[in-house]
Amino acid sequence: MSVDALLVQFLNGLAGASTLFLLAVGLSLIFGVTRIVNFAHGSFYMLGIYIAYSLTARIGGSVLGFWGSVVLAALAVGLLGVIVECLLLRRIYRAPELFQLLATFALVLIARDAALAIWGPEDLLGPRAPGLKGAVEILGRQFPQYDLALIFIGPAVLGALWWMLTRTRFGVLIRAATEDREMVGALGVNQAWLFTAVFGLGTLLAGLGGALQGPREPANLGLDLMGIGDAFVVVVVGGMGSIPGAFLAALIIAEIKALCIAIGTVHVFGFDFSFSKLTLVVEFLVMAVVLIWKPLGLLGKPSAASRNSSAVEAPLAPPDKAAKIFGYAVLVLLLLLPVVGQMFPYAVVLMIDILVAVLFAASLHFIMGPGGMHSFGHAAYFGLGAYGAGLLMKQFSMPMEAALGLGPLLAAAGALLFGWFCVRLSGVYLAMLTLAFAQIVWSIAFQWDEVTGGSNGIIGLWPAEWLNQKAAYYYLTLALTVGGVLFLWRVLLAPFGYALRAGRDSPLRADAIGINVFNYQWMAFVLAGTVCGVAGSLFAFSKGTIAPDVIHVGRSIDGLVMVLLGGVQTLAGPVVGAALFTWLQDAVAREFQYWRAALGVAILLLVMVFPLGVAGSVKRLLRRREVAA
Amino acid sequence: MLKLKDIHAYYGQAHILADVSLEVNAGEVVVLLGRNGAGKSTTMKSIIGLVKPAKGEVTFQGARIEQMAPYKIARLGLGYVPEERRIFTELTVLENLEVGRQAPRAGVPTWDWDKIARLFPNLGEMPQRPGGRMSGGEQQMLTIARTLMGNPACILLDEPSEGVAPVIVDQMAAAILELKSQGVAILLSEQNLHFAAEVADRAYIIEKGRIRFSGTMAELEADAEAQQQYLAV
Amino acid sequence: MSLLEVNGLTKAFGGVRAVSEVGFTVEAGEILALIGPNGAGKSTCFNMLNGQLRPDSGSIKLGGVSTIGLKPRRVWRMGVGRTFQITATFGSMTVRENVQMALLSHRGRLKNLWVRAREQYVAEADALLARVGMREQAERPCSVLAYGDLKRLELAVALANAPKLLLMDEPTAGMAPKERIELMALTADIVKSDSIGVLFTEHDMDVVFRHASRMIVLNRGQLIAGGVPAEVRANPEVQRIYLGSRH
Repeated sequence: MSVDALLVQFLNGLAGASTLFLLAVGLSLIFGVTRIVNFAHGSFYMLGIYIAYSLTARIGGSVLGFWGSVVLAALAVGLLGVIVECLLLRRIYRAPELFQLLATFALVLIARDAALAIWGPEDLLGPRAPGLKGAVEILGRQFPQYDLALIFIGPAVLGALWWMLTRTRFGVLIRAATEDREMVGALGVNQAWLFTAVFGLGTLLAGLGGALQGPREPANLGLDLMGIGDAFVVVVVGGMGSIPGAFLAALIIAEIKALCIAIGTVHVFGFDFSFSKLTLVVEFLVMAVVLIWKPLGLLGKPSAASRNSSAVEAPLAPPDKAAKIFGYAVLVLLLLLPVVGQMFPYAVVLMIDILVAVLFAASLHFIMGPGGMHSFGHAAYFGLGAYGAGLLMKQFSMPMEAALGLGPLLAAAGALLFGWFCVRLSGVYLAMLTLAFAQIVWSIAFQWDEVTGGSNGIIGLWPAEWLNQKAAYYYLTLALTVGGVLFLWRVLLAPFGYALRAGRDSPLRADAIGINVFNYQWMAFVLAGTVCGVAGSLFAFSKGTIAPDVIHVGRSIDGLVMVLLGGVQTLAGPVVGAALFTWLQDAVAREFQYWRAALGVAILLLVMVFPLGVAGSVKRLLRRREVAA
Repeated sequence: MLKLKDIHAYYGQAHILADVSLEVNAGEVVVLLGRNGAGKSTTMKSIIGLVKPAKGEVTFQGARIEQMAPYKIARLGLGYVPEERRIFTELTVLENLEVGRQAPRAGVPTWDWDKIARLFPNLGEMPQRPGGRMSGGEQQMLTIARTLMGNPACILLDEPSEGVAPVIVDQMAAAILELKSQGVAILLSEQNLHFAAEVADRAYIIEKGRIRFSGTMAELEADAEAQQQYLAV
Repeated sequence: MSLLEVNGLTKAFGGVRAVSEVGFTVEAGEILALIGPNGAGKSTCFNMLNGQLRPDSGSIKLGGVSTIGLKPRRVWRMGVGRTFQITATFGSMTVRENVQMALLSHRGRLKNLWVRAREQYVAEADALLARVGMREQAERPCSVLAYGDLKRLELAVALANAPKLLLMDEPTAGMAPKERIELMALTADIVKSDSIGVLFTEHDMDVVFRHASRMIVLNRGQLIAGGVPAEVRANPEVQRIYLGSRH
């Protein structure tokens, strides 16, 4: 590798940093002021590319037309942001953080299907920028003129934002609102418009980032989740709410990526190690390292305690008689299902999916609710359980029963390792680190062809003969799921579960009465990971095939949606949420091409109607009745 | 100037205020006394709109404000100084004041940096100091100064003497009397009867969300029974 | 040997000395008040005593044993209870469960995954609650308690491991005058009957002058006065920087 090549890669890195910065800075700005973690930020970025594509196709022939299209696309996306803020977000600023997340995730689903309906499923590459189509020669190598322009645009936007934040009244108000928005309102500032303006500006920047990316990358429907992943990483590495931090993080990540490409494949001790393959996970590795070293990101500052944390949780009580009877009744129905359901063989198949989802969601709830640790990467343990079972069976030729029993241990080991890092953090940072680990696990499963089968995954994972009948496998799944859920509940009512909640309610007090909060959270992480691994192993043998998508971020998000749908404050919440979500997804997906959008609308309605989750709202309704009676 | 009539307020299901009525006239310092949890802060918050009263009327300079957003109420010239200070720690003193700045208002004193610096000489010496690097007493002054920048006709002061050193309490008393002399009306909430006696003209006592006593400060000081019963002095 | 011996305690943040060369002792059965203006270093001092902060230099000895470098949970196990300026309790639990947590922790039974937590040490928890007058509220969710009751609950929790020393950070902040006197009278009774030492910070001089056996005054991180209340009250320096004209 020559110095010239390194220098050109360095310039590539700078161009990449500008793109990343523009993608992420709006997210940081919006979070800083509104405290909303906007999952739909990547969708605004995606819409920026699509809109710019359509505009440049019509008027992009001239220099003025091209740059006009870029600006117009950014403005259009910003306007869309303003509309979304006014219609939706205004109603949920006081809702618990996780519900806001759920609502913005619904927007992701809706935006994805809207783009599908308007622009279709094919990749669309926009025209190159007039006047910047060529390349310049740098040290004897060709470097695209457009990328050179990008290198300057990023810092220019940073400078403009910096000037606005420190030199204008609007900027001072934004910084004040970042700390205490209610107080800003009480001092005579119309914070509703301030929020709208900030959200509009943030989405405009995302749109600008997308529009500028048009000539370099085809518009496609996967950009939303990819974009939000990258944006989160940059924002978290830089420190939530810090704009210079976002720039610094974008620079570091982009340069390390460029360096990996420059190094390429190296031979070490007779092995070929491909650094360019690392680019898939390099940002997550950087994030993991940064968060372990600086838990608030590079330039992050501890934020004031949120003034609208979730509603106070009622003390946990063991189930009363009515609840127990109801539980037994449900269990009897479930036991009878294969007998009654012979006419509908599909019911048993769907029920297995639901039971697996229930166990998955219950294990996530265990750390999320009582543990107070919001994991965005719970699919990692599901996937480890599935791959653990699959590998034991295929690579070590174990019988299916042994593979099912031992597979979850891989998930336990993963949770033991990742948990040790994750529980050092809290809030969004913890969520992001769990996501990072899940992405790392995913990329290993995706790339380690020789062992995991790469993108093809592992096939031929069929249950042992006595479990071959769907009904038999159903009973096995039922037994493990019910056993697993009851075990988690028991633990929550035991001193261990109380200690876990103590650490969440008041770490200060917990520490002051001798509780080692770290240990309890860590062990809870491992317990949840193991149970989740059981769900993964069950899943593997119910499908017969596993592929890296069992670890995909989409599955982690599904888990979050299930828990939040059901209600995070009740034990029954994840069970109800998982059943409802799986059934809904199955029912809608078969009937309707735009099922994602339908699901998104359903989630939005649920968020507005049931702010405590379904089970939580029902419980509150019952209690009201009691009080009234 | 400011009038509350039969205000009821709830937090969730809890009935915090019941039938609260009180009045503040122009140029007057009125104190709302009561122990912790009696409803003082909630009364203040229902005036400025941070808590929406379920029933009742709040009138400020002739305008009904009980359903208005806090920022609209603040723009009518009603200033609010919260109990927990809530200054912006990342912003400098000048920037904190900038957030509170509003256009001059007819008939009430107009405030600018020079005037603030004269009222609170400590602040005058540290225009570029970030709020987070100030002492508790200085922060207490800044939170009042920030509200003054809105040129209020009336100020709600929520427990200015709570949790600060006695020597700062003296300075607070002096500042309140100075504001009064400039014609700013003040509604003060307090637990500290001595402090109230030093600055207030009239007093209300609130207990379990209801007004139990109303009278001049002199009447209250003579009424040992009311003091005993409601203030647990 | 004193119950608590502090010598040369120093802590700096970003080059600024928040606490500088502070030394004092607390004897068993004594109530020592620590007063001073906001930002004088009282909370920093407290946080070093219970292990939340590690001092830059100096020594802290509890019954002759150094506690430097120990985490709060270790300091607690050595017999130091703490109440906080802003009450810290477990909001999703009942009053009794809050006390049960301290008892379970004291007995080392928190790791249990199987027994019902709410059925453990009920009688002991209720006895502690009775001591602070909270027995009737044992079943109530902690989140609905009045502020004064939260303070009393914290006291019960702090007493759960039979501490030798209580650290109370502004124990009466936010309470009515009568409640303040009652809470400190209760504390004084416990101090006497159990022979505990108490160190507390407080802005209410009525409380301090009525209940403190001795007091020390901190200003800009340095100890500027100490002695029995009458002495400190008469100190012109203390009057100038802290007490003002009224006391």
